[in-house]
Amino acid sequence: MSQKKSRGGAAGAGDDAEDLSRSPLQAVLLADSFTLKFRPITLERPKVLLPLVNVPMIDYTLSWLETAGVEEVFVFCCAHAQQVKEHLEDAGWTGQPAAREMAVTAVESHDAISAGDALRVMYGRGVIHGDFILISGDTVSNMSLKDALQEHKDRRKKDPLAVMTMIIKHSKPSILTHQTRLGNDEIVMAIAPETKELLYYEDRADGSHLCVTIDKDILASNPTLQLHNNMEDCYIDICSPEVLSLFTDNFDYQHLRRHFVKGLLVDDIMGYKIYTHEICSSYAARIDNFRSYDAVSKDIIQRWTYPMVPDVLSFGNCHEVKLHRQGIYKASDVTLSHSAQIGANSVIGNATSIGEHCKISNSVIGAGCCIGKNVIIHGSYIWDNVIIEDGCKVSNSLVGDDVHLRAGAIVEPGCILSFKIKVGKNVVVPAYSKVSLLEKPSNEDSDEELEYADTNSGVTDSPPFSSMRSNAGRPAVPSKDDDLGASETGTSGVLGYIWASSDTGTQEDWRQSIAPIPKEKLQEMQHAVSVDDDNGSEEDLNNRQYEQDHDGDSEISVVEDDDYTKFEKEVEETFQRALDGIHEDNLILEINALRLSYSLQHADCAGAVFYSVMRSASVAAQSTNDNLLKTTADALAKWKDLLRNYTKTVDEEMEILLKFEEMCQETTKEFCSLFSKILPYLYDKDVVSEDAILRWAEEKENADEADKVFVKQSDAFIQWLKEAEEEDDDEEE
Amino acid sequence: MPDVQPLVSEFVLKLKRRKVEGSHAVARQTAELLRSVVSQHRMGSTNQAAALADAIRSVGEQLISANPIELAVGNIVRRVLHIIKEEDISSTAVGIEGLSVTVDSDDEYDSGNDDHPTLSAAVLASHARNALRAPSLQTLLDDIPVSTALSRSASSTGDSDGKTAGDKSLKTRKLKHDVIAAIGDLIEEIDTCYDQISEQAVELIHQNEVILTLGRSRTVKEFLYAAKEKKRSFRVFVAEGSPRYQGHVLAKELVEKGVQTTVITDSAIFAMISRVNMVIVGAHAIMANGGVIAPVGMNMVALAAQKHAVPFVVVAGSHKLCPLYPHNPEVLLNELKSPSDLLDFGEFSNCMNFSTQDGTPLLNVVNPTFDYVPPKLVSLFVTDTGGHSPSYMYRLISEYYSADDLVVQRKSTS
Repeated sequence: MSQKKSRGGAAGAGDDAEDLSRSPLQAVLLADSFTLKFRPITLERPKVLLPLVNVPMIDYTLSWLETAGVEEVFVFCCAHAQQVKEHLEDAGWTGQPAAREMAVTAVESHDAISAGDALRVMYGRGVIHGDFILISGDTVSNMSLKDALQEHKDRRKKDPLAVMTMIIKHSKPSILTHQTRLGNDEIVMAIAPETKELLYYEDRADGSHLCVTIDKDILASNPTLQLHNNMEDCYIDICSPEVLSLFTDNFDYQHLRRHFVKGLLVDDIMGYKIYTHEICSSYAARIDNFRSYDAVSKDIIQRWTYPMVPDVLSFGNCHEVKLHRQGIYKASDVTLSHSAQIGANSVIGNATSIGEHCKISNSVIGAGCCIGKNVIIHGSYIWDNVIIEDGCKVSNSLVGDDVHLRAGAIVEPGCILSFKIKVGKNVVVPAYSKVSLLEKPSNEDSDEELEYADTNSGVTDSPPFSSMRSNAGRPAVPSKDDDLGASETGTSGVLGYIWASSDTGTQEDWRQSIAPIPKEKLQEMQHAVSVDDDNGSEEDLNNRQYEQDHDGDSEISVVEDDDYTKFEKEVEETFQRALDGIHEDNLILEINALRLSYSLQHADCAGAVFYSVMRSASVAAQSTNDNLLKTTADALAKWKDLLRNYTKTVDEEMEILLKFEEMCQETTKEFCSLFSKILPYLYDKDVVSEDAILRWAEEKENADEADKVFVKQSDAFIQWLKEAEEEDDDEEE
Repeated sequence: MPDVQPLVSEFVLKLKRRKVEGSHAVARQTAELLRSVVSQHRMGSTNQAAALADAIRSVGEQLISANPIELAVGNIVRRVLHIIKEEDISSTAVGIEGLSVTVDSDDEYDSGNDDHPTLSAAVLASHARNALRAPSLQTLLDDIPVSTALSRSASSTGDSDGKTAGDKSLKTRKLKHDVIAAIGDLIEEIDTCYDQISEQAVELIHQNEVILTLGRSRTVKEFLYAAKEKKRSFRVFVAEGSPRYQGHVLAKELVEKGVQTTVITDSAIFAMISRVNMVIVGAHAIMANGGVIAPVGMNMVALAAQKHAVPFVVVAGSHKLCPLYPHNPEVLLNELKSPSDLLDFGEFSNCMNFSTQDGTPLLNVVNPTFDYVPPKLVSLFVTDTGGHSPSYMYRLISEYYSADDLVVQRKSTS
């Protein structure tokens, strides 16, 4: 081992003594994507083991890490950990350590539900000692890490706060590209051109509004900055060990980009910085959804990922593949009928036989498949051991292991057929359907924004066929359990569950599927972009000296905006979660963190928390006034400690009152009539002190009539307070 | 040999990952690896040469399949196999020599009348040759089985000097030692091939000539350096050699040495060739038929040179001599590299957009590494052993390789 270290270090030799004591380059590979985008397939097999051009994705990533000179990799397994471990063993990544330059260790944890959790577990293990590479097991790359690593190290020497270097890649500067190529949302980054420091990062999930909100502090502190909408995030990060401890300190960080990067960028209290490294000629992409699965597969076939191409890198126990003309890859013992036509850019796996008059184009066919006569396969991914009988037609779909298509079956574009599905004779599988032997989990959280793990995916093996059959007869599921061969026609001849299209509606289906985007959608998108373009250029504010990237960034405009409403919304969301049972202390911590990240005052917090409490009360009470008063009282009683936490000074108490007033006037008018009744209650519970109420009344005295409504309403109470105070004063005297 | 297995698999990985590239580096590292394989090999008491050859073969098989495009790997493996055979024979020959010498000394007084020892030496020599080369008509006519000759010589060695079994181990060690030494010579030969080749530079490059080359080859560079050092004054046209543009590097290096250099694009070669006196290029491999596998664009240069009757000279070290023919099934003539050499992925990512058409990529980029130049276009090969014409290549190759090693595959143990 020590020998290897010295060899690896030879590249950077001649440096100071620090290099001598350097720790080996490590990497953390997340073998779980913590998303549901590959469902239903990921119910049965982890995403990293899905074949990408007939090789499991994780092999590409591991192979790249080894090429890049990583000496120790921790593979973090979560869902289907056993399968991942078995694969690592089979493919020779673990075990026989002498033969490999890279040690691979599997780290198993079943509680982790996000990347953040995974990193917290890694921190707990205490195995990461130096800079490490954080990568997800679905990344394909052939870049050389040397320069990026060197940059990172040099920066660290100068500035220990530079904790992370993010690898980005130039892509075609068009809004459409992100969507159409990798199925991702557009990413907007602001980068300081000199230092390459990342100042702003946003992936634009909604994609509808085209304005970028950049904090004015960023503009103030950086004389120049470049806004990029033409960068792809490769999801390869070089991190310093601090990153792990940051995740541990901020236990609400879940998503690497949305929480961690944003948290670091917005929250300048800790002063940690993120830098970027742009790669030019080399390739790096992450497979995030079915669309990018398609795109990356085709990139591999077109050899952008060289040497990670089928005919060069044969991993583990894969068979030799030869490249023929027009980008046709054939394994050694393929049985190919003379009349079969194999079109360009196709891959045919080992021991597959293809019958007469088949037409195959732009497709990847796995090992051990049996394809009958007159079959047309276009733009599809057929995995291993699939049987396709005569006259079937499969276009732009993904067909999992051991699927059986009976004669004449038609699979329309965008379909996902998971493992062991059987499709009956002449059955048409409608476009964009997802078919699995497993039922769609009903308790699924419909919120697509939340990243969470496949909690139900502990299933390591699909249940036996017989049990599925009995289930499959339910009326709600359009499937049939009879002998498939018997049905000659019909649309229901599919053994398995056809998953209802995702909660986001059919409109989203085309975005991340393998099938090409329908023409009309494409036109719509282009139209939308051109309209937004016009609007954008009008809004363009050039009030500061900043360089715009030349490549068509004109639709991006800089608008300064108040964060408060956003903050309020987030607090409310946090609070909602609290209602589901998070401990109060954690809630306070989370809200504090939010406050820091939006750099707001305590008083704002008080207002926002109060707002959330009242909202929850008004939601709980179904609108009748009596009920509302009661639930409000209950809510206040329950959360008074929380509120008190924020009402340390009179100002903050004032804020609550003002907020309350505002709510009554604007958002939740049902409180309007109850103002005077709730106010004493607030006083009772020590949420607001009498000083605050009196000052509020004083301030309002000079205000408009309209503003005085509530003061008047609670006049009696104020009077009572005043008297009580005078009495106190009298007593003191 | 479990001891060398890590070394072997490490090198296999390197080859697979394309981390070692270029015939010279590959050849050298292969030879070094094989040397350690030999030195780690535990010699049995019988049939050591065959066992050793088997070990080399099994390693060689792995190496060749790791990167079939680097023909130098196979070349070196075959060279080492050849060396083992040669050493095996010569060690027995030494014994015979000893015998014949003693016989000579014994028969000194017979005024050299007895021709038996000399005859045996001649027979031995011919068989030694036969063992190394393909069976020729002469051997067939001689009709003396090799094995009997060898066994006879072995037994006679034992008889004459009365060697004990203890000496046998000495002999095995000697064989191993000799093989290692010979591989050491081979490595040295690989290292010094540049000097050997460039010694011939002055004879080929004349005063005020114009030389054209394509891309960058270290052999060509050393060749031109040597001519410059011998005070030849000449000009060099360097075709840049897209897409890797190694020609730019060569131009820089030549200018540093004070050579008049002109960089031209690859597409300007035909326009410039009429002003050129000689084309000197490097090669990736020289095939047994005299054909050349060379960096992409070379065929165009060769055709242009033929059209204008400009001599087309290929300089290459002997480790690039490949005993295979280009039509052999195990020869992989080309490899397609990443299109990123040609195009910037970012700029063209919209052309790689599969979701907007029917999933068919409209843009295809082909980036082959090599060209095949047929033997009739090559005027002269300059190797470390001197200049040869393409039609002589098979002969040269038969000096370096044994015919039965052409297909490196482990023989069945039966």
